[in-house]
Amino acid sequence: MFQQIIDRRLAGKNKSIGNRERFLRRHKEQIREAVKRAVDGRGIRDLAQGEDIHIPKRDIAEPVFGHGQGGKREMVHPGNQDYVRGDRIERPKGGGGGGGGGQATDSGEGDDDFVFHLTKEEFMQVFFDDLALPNLARTTLAETPEFKTHRAGYSSGGTPNNLHVVRSMRGAIGRRIAIGSESRRELLALEERLTALKRESGDHTEEIERLEAEAAALRARLGRIPYLDPIDLRYRSRVRIPVPTAKAVMFCLMDVSGSMDESRKDLAKRFFILLYLFLTRHYERIDIVFIRHHTQAQEVDEQNFFHSTETGGTVVSSALVLMEEVARARYPTSEWNIYGAQASDGDNWHHDSGRCRELLANNILPLCRYFAYVQVAEEEQNLWDEYTALSAEVRNFAIRKATSASQIYPVFRELFKKEGAAA
Amino acid sequence: MSSHPVPRPSGAADAGGADGPRRTMRASDIRPPARASEPLPSPSDWSFDLIERYHERIRETATRFGLDTYPNQLEIITAEQMMDAYASVGMPVNYRHWSYGKEFISTEKNYRRGHMGLAYEIVINSNPCISYLMEENTMGMQALVIAHAAYGHNSFFKGNYLFRMWTDASSIIDYLVYAKNYITECEDRHGLDAVEQLLDSCHALMNHGVDRYRRPSRKSLAQELADRKDREAYAQQQVNDMWRTLPNSKAEKAAEESAQTKRFPEEPQENLLYFIEKNAPLLEPWQREVVRIVRKVAQYFYPQRQTQVMNEGWATFWHHHLLNTMYDDGHLSDGMMIEWLKSHTNVVYQPRVGDRGYTGINPYALGFAMYTDIKRMCEQPTDEDRHWFPGVAGRDWLETLDHAMRNFKDESFVGQYLSPNLMREFRLFSIVDDEKQEKLEVSAIHDEAGYRRVREALSHQYDLGGREPNIQVWSVNRRGDRSLTLRHTQHNDRPLHDGAQEVLKHVVRLWGFGVHLESVNAAGETTKRWSVPAVATP
Repeated sequence: MFQQIIDRRLAGKNKSIGNRERFLRRHKEQIREAVKRAVDGRGIRDLAQGEDIHIPKRDIAEPVFGHGQGGKREMVHPGNQDYVRGDRIERPKGGGGGGGGGQATDSGEGDDDFVFHLTKEEFMQVFFDDLALPNLARTTLAETPEFKTHRAGYSSGGTPNNLHVVRSMRGAIGRRIAIGSESRRELLALEERLTALKRESGDHTEEIERLEAEAAALRARLGRIPYLDPIDLRYRSRVRIPVPTAKAVMFCLMDVSGSMDESRKDLAKRFFILLYLFLTRHYERIDIVFIRHHTQAQEVDEQNFFHSTETGGTVVSSALVLMEEVARARYPTSEWNIYGAQASDGDNWHHDSGRCRELLANNILPLCRYFAYVQVAEEEQNLWDEYTALSAEVRNFAIRKATSASQIYPVFRELFKKEGAAA
Repeated sequence: MSSHPVPRPSGAADAGGADGPRRTMRASDIRPPARASEPLPSPSDWSFDLIERYHERIRETATRFGLDTYPNQLEIITAEQMMDAYASVGMPVNYRHWSYGKEFISTEKNYRRGHMGLAYEIVINSNPCISYLMEENTMGMQALVIAHAAYGHNSFFKGNYLFRMWTDASSIIDYLVYAKNYITECEDRHGLDAVEQLLDSCHALMNHGVDRYRRPSRKSLAQELADRKDREAYAQQQVNDMWRTLPNSKAEKAAEESAQTKRFPEEPQENLLYFIEKNAPLLEPWQREVVRIVRKVAQYFYPQRQTQVMNEGWATFWHHHLLNTMYDDGHLSDGMMIEWLKSHTNVVYQPRVGDRGYTGINPYALGFAMYTDIKRMCEQPTDEDRHWFPGVAGRDWLETLDHAMRNFKDESFVGQYLSPNLMREFRLFSIVDDEKQEKLEVSAIHDEAGYRRVREALSHQYDLGGREPNIQVWSVNRRGDRSLTLRHTQHNDRPLHDGAQEVLKHVVRLWGFGVHLESVNAAGETTKRWSVPAVATP
């Protein structure tokens, strides 16, 4: 009889994904809220994790008709110790007769939330819902001369290290068979005639000698067929195909002058986090360059960037100059997608703002995929004015204001809104 | 494989497969084979080859005892797939609904936190009978699971009268595939929201979507599909007729007038979903079909809810008996025995009332104990057994067990076979909880005076009719506001819980007009009423 054991392990993992999607869809609002809260309230490093979503039990209860407390019922229990018939027992609290099985658990009376974990991917999905990468179209093959070598069959030319021995030998055998076949057939015929002659009575010595000479010539010819000929050689062929650049560098520029207090820095930090997370969705490798500035700019590590204690005046252009230098020196545009994010309170030495605009327009924006500026203070000073004028002209430059943590996320969404839905 | 082709006396008519004469194997017919020279290998890791060999032995042993099963299909799955299966109520395929997603999420959460272990197996009442074996199981566990699911449950599915009557093992998978596709199609055509709401409402009434007394018709998927088109047209026609307000002719007018006074439905209807499918005035044909799908699925699971003790007990009894027999025949090593026995004892553990972790009577423990006890009464009856069970004591145990498995459900099984011996062993006692009394009262314990009372009480406890509120379609106001009235007939004065109002909202969504629910006590007085008015439909 036929027995079957079927290995299903590779098939249909995540069969329940459709159900999960429907569940998430149903609770989309709660999930969005939770994600927003998470973005508002979390630290940098934790953000790229999933999130626990709390949904009140009553929202996910599925009501059914059931019995409530009261009435009369008789329950049988095991493990009687010393009760006898007629004993009276205190009613256990809330249990209605000491555990009626799990019957009434769905009654929706429990106030606990239904908690579940949103995976990192799902979190990001909600987080970046309807956001698109700015200028994604520009990441085209023509601009990204980065190559990967790729096996592409065999070729008849190549370097010895790519020699494919099996293929070559196979070709050689074929060639030897093909070239020698005619001679071998003749040889075979000759040999047959020879044996026949030798068996026949009568004198055929002359004939036999002639045939043997012919056979010897044929054998010699067969022997001269080369075992391996240069035309047999086959090499593994490798072709270079261009691949889209999967590397991005993100420049974080921040004003650390005296007017930037902790809360403003915090806002800026959130903005940088968002950009970073956003980029991780699209690029395999991301470098971050932190440039802080007051009157002078310097490249620092993350720790110093966010927790520096420098004070002083403000010359914004110094940071832009440094950014250009670093980009030109280390991040050629042929290999890197460059993103810039600048945060400041809008305070600038007043003669400097015009220069900032020029630097951006002429030197930096041509290098960048996108450059976003966020002002973490309300008052509009000359830097804001200059930037506003610039953003009207250039597509890959955007500016927004944010003054509290809860605004950062909307601002970010606005900045990176899908093309076409632009404000 | 089909382990045991049932021999039929020549000339006997095959009465629907089920009820045809069938010779039961007798314990006395069994001839144990020669002892095996060496046991099967017993590494802790399984391999396909080993499963095959163990399965072969188990199959042989099961055949020796005459277990009649559907062909078996064993499938190896991962823990994740097991959770998938959990989420779709144990079926390999099911339509999509958010509640299954919820189920999956909470299962997964509990599993990851280690709050619960997954079941070792899931077995599906289908033909061939599909048993899922988890990848994580050791070889010993796989053997246990095969004996338990592929021979225990499988033979129960094939033999028990409720399953024979209510479920059609050969078509369930096809039907579920159809249901899934149909619902997906509806989602495409009518939108996710519309389908989701409809399913929510149907699920709320799922437990009341079963014919308890009428035997359902048995249809293959092909018939089901062929009928669907006709049904849609016909059903709509019927509904239209029922709700037509303008009589066509004089004769009809006269008939109409007499109908004015006639109540509708003429008799109360227990199958709410069926009633809605056939009579709800505003449902579209596709909505009726969805109601039908939910109803069919509910019906398929109905026997499982009524035979938990019997089914689990039967499977547990047989894995225990089969594996022990294999040990006696020299096929199993000592290590293997210890391994599965450990799981076995966990499964049949019955905490006492008041212990931590006590959640009522463990159906595995009770069922296993009862079958084992029946076997004991057959083989070594005491005077008490002879007095209580003259039809069991001293009979052939295999025949007696087979009879018990085939012809009962939990309620009647307990009522028929729970022995005083077992009541003493479990130290069963019954407690009356009457809201009119301040304290609970111990009504009976495991003594001479109490055996019958305890047994009766336990039997009632497994009566689904007593566990689930009895709610029926009482009347429809045909000429007025078209409202539907449901009636809850109280069992021992037990009231409905507060969820009723929410459920009524779902009924309104299906019915399309206002719905009332009245709860009536034993004296015929209405003690509570709920009403949900019709929602304005766009």
